[in-house]
Amino acid sequence: MKSKVIVATTINGEELEFLCEPRQSLLEVLRDVLGLTGAKEGCNNGNCGACNVLLDGVLVNSCLVLGVEAEGRTVETVEGMASGGQLHPLQQKFLEHAALQCGICTPGFLLAAKSLLDHNPDPTEAEVRHWLAGNLCRCTGYDKIVRAVLDAADTV
Amino acid sequence: MTTTTTSYKVIGSRPLRPDGVDKVTGRAIYGADVRLPGMLYGKVLRSPHAHARIVSIDASAALTLRGVRAVITAQDLPAIGDKIADLGESVVNLRYASNNILAHDKVLYHGHAVAAVAADNVHIAEEALALIKVEYEVLPHVLDGKQAMSANAPILLDDLRTNELGKLGNAPTNVAEHIRHQRGDLDKGFAEADVIVERTFHTATVHQGYIEPQNATALWNEDDQVFVWCSTQGAFSVQEQLAELLQIPISRITVTPTEIGGGFGGKINVYLDPLAALLSRKAGHRPVKMTMTRAEVLTSTGPTSGSHIRVKMGARRDGTITAAQAELIYEAGAYPGSPVGAGCGVIFANYRLENLQIDGYDVVVNRPKASAYRAPGGTNAAFASETVVDELAEKLGIDPIEFRLRNAVREGDRRPDGPEYKRIGLIETLEAARSHPHYTAPLTGKHRGRGVAAGYWGNWGGKSSATATVNSDGTVNLIEGSTDIGGSRASIAMQLAETLGLPYEDIRPQVVGTASVGYNDVTGGSRTTFGTGWAVYEVGKKILAEMRQRAAEYWDVPVESVQVADGVFAHNGDQMSFRELAGKLDTPVTASASVHPQNYGPGFGVHIVDVEVDVETGKVEILRYTAAQDVGKAIHPSYVEGQLQGGAAQGIGWALNEEYVYDDKGRLVNASLLDYRMPTALDLPMIDTVLVEAPNPGHPYGVRGVGEVPIVPPAAAVANAIYRAAGVRMTELPMSPARIVAALATQSTNAA
Amino acid sequence: MRHDVWIPPVHRDLTGGEERVQIEAVTIGEVVTALEQRFPGIAARLTHEGQLRPGIAVAVNGVVTPRGLRQRLDHASEIHFVPAMAGG
Ligand code: FES
Ligand code: FES
Repeated sequence: MKSKVIVATTINGEELEFLCEPRQSLLEVLRDVLGLTGAKEGCNNGNCGACNVLLDGVLVNSCLVLGVEAEGRTVETVEGMASGGQLHPLQQKFLEHAALQCGICTPGFLLAAKSLLDHNPDPTEAEVRHWLAGNLCRCTGYDKIVRAVLDAADTV
Repeated sequence: MTTTTTSYKVIGSRPLRPDGVDKVTGRAIYGADVRLPGMLYGKVLRSPHAHARIVSIDASAALTLRGVRAVITAQDLPAIGDKIADLGESVVNLRYASNNILAHDKVLYHGHAVAAVAADNVHIAEEALALIKVEYEVLPHVLDGKQAMSANAPILLDDLRTNELGKLGNAPTNVAEHIRHQRGDLDKGFAEADVIVERTFHTATVHQGYIEPQNATALWNEDDQVFVWCSTQGAFSVQEQLAELLQIPISRITVTPTEIGGGFGGKINVYLDPLAALLSRKAGHRPVKMTMTRAEVLTSTGPTSGSHIRVKMGARRDGTITAAQAELIYEAGAYPGSPVGAGCGVIFANYRLENLQIDGYDVVVNRPKASAYRAPGGTNAAFASETVVDELAEKLGIDPIEFRLRNAVREGDRRPDGPEYKRIGLIETLEAARSHPHYTAPLTGKHRGRGVAAGYWGNWGGKSSATATVNSDGTVNLIEGSTDIGGSRASIAMQLAETLGLPYEDIRPQVVGTASVGYNDVTGGSRTTFGTGWAVYEVGKKILAEMRQRAAEYWDVPVESVQVADGVFAHNGDQMSFRELAGKLDTPVTASASVHPQNYGPGFGVHIVDVEVDVETGKVEILRYTAAQDVGKAIHPSYVEGQLQGGAAQGIGWALNEEYVYDDKGRLVNASLLDYRMPTALDLPMIDTVLVEAPNPGHPYGVRGVGEVPIVPPAAAVANAIYRAAGVRMTELPMSPARIVAALATQSTNAA
Repeated sequence: MRHDVWIPPVHRDLTGGEERVQIEAVTIGEVVTALEQRFPGIAARLTHEGQLRPGIAVAVNGVVTPRGLRQRLDHASEIHFVPAMAGG
């Protein structure tokens, strides 16, 4: 048995501690240790964005971050986007624009889009496409995703 | 644009999907999210060789590793003789299907499963794989369909004989089947032509590319009941496949479908499910979860066939096609069953032809066994025929859409395989594309060009069952069994709401497993909104009839005197809403229906694309894209548009970038999403859609399947645009930068 | 009732090249029996153990029927044996 490490971190605003093996990725910790399965695994090597979370506000592929790296930092996952019984405007716009078909890419896109709007509240279509180029969607052809993000930017 | 006049209350609107909130909050449970008490994790050991005999497998060291609970090999599968079974959507030899999930005596491709392990966690399982010793005798391999047909090619399956035009051959071969469609007199047809174009094409193996890898969790109970949770296009198909592969009765298998992260045809065949079940039994009846890595998805699932295609077509000066001939060689992968039959059906389906011959060959090669991919075989075929059609139009000086209109099939014309078309919408779709502003918009700038192409897909009806119950407040619970991959809960619930005359919000649909609803075929073949929609239409009619009966009893009048309209029951001035009546029911009202409708009718799409070719680097940029399609009736237009956009995007990836690359040992070298490059948001523009609504007379609400047609035209449309932009006729997919540069170089050498 | 039965190109070796034949029958099963009488060997190509062979479908007036050999023919019909096709 590999020895485990205690990690203290803040996830979706809540301070907590978890136990993980040093070799476990943050994605694995979120999904298998903490039961936060909103972050998805599409490739496990940084090429699809399905596992996107915000680490100290920065967009990362959680499959490329180790669980132990969350020590003392804040993690934001899709489970933390809605607040006070209200969907985040991005979530609402994704629904209204039918920006998801199968939905497996959606959590990653939502966090990527959120980090975009945090940096740039009024992006152009080209900026949206550029920022979202790290996220793969095989179902939608991106059209409705890009529209949803642009519309959400207008609302936020 | 619409040609419908029927007015609907719910159909045609754009409500939010019932499963939407779960999916945007991360709450929806996909296959990999399943967790059961005491669960183990399974992993698969895969062949590093393209073709080899398995001399021995020694798992003793793996079994001594702490935390390893079971190891299985093909010895753990029941022996299955040759039996042809209708599984899922396709006909397979079960012995081959069994050998594909765990190699028996030979491995036939890099990534072929050889053994599987269950352990306390995934890391231990991976360590255990490294401890399993497999001795191989490496054999010569063949990757290319044409080479596999040659006399001295290595033979993959010793017992395979060619089904040569209906007769079985007697020599070992890699050609599983040769099929043919034929009519009229080709020689006469070509003699009548003023222009003839003949070209040969090659298309690469490509993958469905769903973002969610395959997964399955299974529990084999002490009483031999088997429970499976997985993301699949069809729970009932998984159940049937498991029954055949494990040789146990269907009634002992319960399959519960989870949410699914894309399928496109690739999540019909089982890979992990039977292994997880066997591991569970061997590991002391503990549940076992298995998920694939992305590399495994690419090496060992899907893909769709690479192909060699030759097309020859002739036309008169007036634009009439006089003859068409094609030969299609499709690579089936390791076991027979490429979509060459469908390719033969698609290749000339758009055109009225008196003289035609189509020959198709299903050829095994040392690549993963092909599985369905959105309009299987259609994109390859249309790439070949629709670029030749473009060239004919060009040579005759006729506008490409006009040329297609002069030859387009309409009701009463014959398909290449014989039967007559019923009501179809190709003409309307071509006209819609021609009158779309995109088609006539000025396109200026160097190395820019516009291309068009049309595409056909036959669609499917399949079997569907559904059940609905009326709640005491007048809302309705709908139980269906069709996997929802792209919003079908909404399109199905909308059809029930329309039938009942209730608001959409009053219907609560749920997708359930094999234990909870009647049989449903897979969500595939563009059938769900059509077929399961029809099932709920029948359910709705039964509910209304029963409710009318109850209203009659309530008023104590003959049932014939009760009128029903828009969810209101009326008799002689008395009125009761559906909701009021529901509150008065002393015996519950519930209804089920099962259907197997046949009048699905094919669909047609016409795509227009503008590209810019960078003649230095060979990179092709998509500047503008419009997809027009005959959709019958769009139940939820947003999700219909989404199908057109998604299909176009996949087709563009197939056209420009995607391909399986092998080394000289037959190993797949680009088994990651970095190297197997699918389109990103940056690679695509907005994709404009035109929904041509010519209602399908074969469906109560005019629905036609829409999901598959849109992947058929893109590769040809892009190739035609590249020709107009850069002057080269591309005959190979993908039209990657390197191939474009090479084609431009050849062109300038020829010109010099 | 007489039906217009189209012979798939791959089986025309058995019909001496004939593309379509007139057959008197009330079900598709009877069509196959009548074909077999005229063109011995064709039934084995189209059917197996009393059913259409896997991979073969029958279209009556342009519509594929799930009933296969049991399909009744109530009107003079055009009958095609076609490859069964699946989608993704
Ligand atoms: S799973 Fe992390 S980027 Fe794909
Ligand atoms: S909605 Fe399926 S991958 Fe994006």
